[in-house]
Amino acid sequence: MPRYYTEEHEWIDVDGDVATVGITDFAQGQLGDIVFVEVPDTGAELSQGGDAAVVESVKAASDVYAPVDGTVTEGNGQLEEDPALVNSDPEGEGWFFRMTLGDKGQLDALMNATEYKAFCDNL
Amino acid sequence: MTETEQTGEEAAPTATLPLDAWHRAKGGRMVEFAGYWMPIQYEGIMAEHLWTRENAGLFDVSHMGQLLISGAGVAEALEALVPGDISALKPGRMRYSLLLAEDGGILDDLMITNEGDQFGVVVNGAVKWEDIGHLRENLPDDVTLNHNEDYGLLALQGPKAVAALARLVPEAAGLVFMQAIPAEWRGHPIGISRSGYTGEDGFEISLPNEALEAFADALCAMDEVKPIGLGARDSLRLEAGLPLYGHDLDPATDPVEADLGFAISKRRREEGGFPGAARILGHLEDGPPRKRVGLTVDGKLPVREGAKLFDGEDEIGVVTSGGFAPSVGAPIAMGYVPAGHAVPGKAVAAEVRGKRVPCTVTAMPFVPHRYVRKQGG
Repeated sequence: MPRYYTEEHEWIDVDGDVATVGITDFAQGQLGDIVFVEVPDTGAELSQGGDAAVVESVKAASDVYAPVDGTVTEGNGQLEEDPALVNSDPEGEGWFFRMTLGDKGQLDALMNATEYKAFCDNL
Repeated sequence: MTETEQTGEEAAPTATLPLDAWHRAKGGRMVEFAGYWMPIQYEGIMAEHLWTRENAGLFDVSHMGQLLISGAGVAEALEALVPGDISALKPGRMRYSLLLAEDGGILDDLMITNEGDQFGVVVNGAVKWEDIGHLRENLPDDVTLNHNEDYGLLALQGPKAVAALARLVPEAAGLVFMQAIPAEWRGHPIGISRSGYTGEDGFEISLPNEALEAFADALCAMDEVKPIGLGARDSLRLEAGLPLYGHDLDPATDPVEADLGFAISKRRREEGGFPGAARILGHLEDGPPRKRVGLTVDGKLPVREGAKLFDGEDEIGVVTSGGFAPSVGAPIAMGYVPAGHAVPGKAVAAEVRGKRVPCTVTAMPFVPHRYVRKQGG
C-alpha cells in the first residue's frame, strides 16, 4: 500500500478508504525521547494541516498535523502506556491514529519516500 | 531553559564558544541559547540525564560570565548589591547569592568566591551583559571589575566526578561542597570549585580557552565521563529543585518569594543595607504573598512553563519550569502559588491544552542532593 509523507514529517499509509498516520523516523530523531503522546478521539473531524495530535519529548511539546481531511477511526492506545514506541518503531508500532480519507485528491500533493528523503537531506 | 532564548530583531548574531567544533565532532545538536550556539544534546536527554546521576557528565558552560572584582572595600561594595554576608566569606569559600534591583527584585542569581586577593563571580550567560552594566554602574570607583573572556567554564557532575577529576588534578578530591582552589593543569592556571547545578556531587573548572579542548578530551577519554547537553542540564537542575534565572526567577520576584531565603545571611537580616531590604525583610517577617513551590503531577502529561495553576475555578498561579523528570520517571514542575497554597500536600490543578491536570504541592528537591559537605563524611 502506498505511503506518503508531509513536509511536517508525518507519514500516511493508505489502504483503500482508510489511512494510518504517524511521524517519521526523522521526526522522532529530532524530537528525542518521547514521554507522552496525545492521540485524537475516535470520531474527531480533521482537516488537512490542522492539529491532530500532540507529541511531547523530554524537552518540549510538538503538534502533529493531519496530512489530509478525514475522520478519526482509531487512536493508537498503546502509545498511552508506551510512548517510547514512537522512538523505537516510528513508522510501525508507533503509529498515531487511523482515519478515513475525505478527499483522496489531497494525497497527490504529498511526497513519496524518495521525495521525502531528498526533502530531509536538504534540511 | 528553552531552546531559543533570542528575541529576534535586536538580537546580535549568534556567537560560537571555544568548544564549538568539539561539540559538533561529538555529535552535539547545536541550538541558540543565551546568544551562543550550544549543544542541547548528544545521544539523547534521557540517557545523558541518567548517565550524570550514575557516572559523570561533562557540561560546557562557557557561556556564563566569569567576573573578577577587586579593590579596596570590595566586600562591602558587593554587599550593597547582594544580600549575602560577603565580608564573612573566607578565602577559598564560595556562596550562592542574588543580584538585587532597588525594589528587591532578582536581577540574577550568581556564585561569589573569595579568591583571596579578589572575588570571582559567575553569572548567567543570558543576562551577563546586563549584570556587567549594573555592576559597573553601582560599584564604587576604587573597585575594579574585569570580565574574564579568556577563560571557559566546564562542569563535571555526578557520583564519579571526583574520581575522574582527581586523575587530572589530584587536589580536587580534597575539596568540600562550596570550596574553591586555584590549581594547575599542564602548566595552565585553572580554578576548581566543588559545586554545580545538578544536585549531584561535582565540580566546576575554570580554565584558559586554549586549554579547554585538551582538558575536555582528557576527561571524556575516561570510561565514566560523557559530554552532556543543555537539555539534561535543565532536567537535572529541575529535579534538584534549583531555579533557572529568566524562568523561575525574574525582576518581579524577590528572594523570599523565590524560596531563596537561605541566601539572605543572618547578619544581613539584622543589619539590612541591601537593595529592597524593607520589602525582603518584611516578607521574611510576615511571609511572602506568593512562593515558589515544587509540584508533582498526576499521570504522564508533562506540565510546562506557562501553564496556569488553579484551585477549583480560581486561577492562583503559574508554572515556571516543568517537564518529564527522568530520574523520577514522571512529570514534575515548579511554579508560584499564594502563600496559603505553599504547603506540601496541597492539591492544585495545572491547565494544559484546556485540560486540568491534578498536581500536588511538594517539598523540593525532587531527587535528594548528594553534595559532599565534609571530607570522609
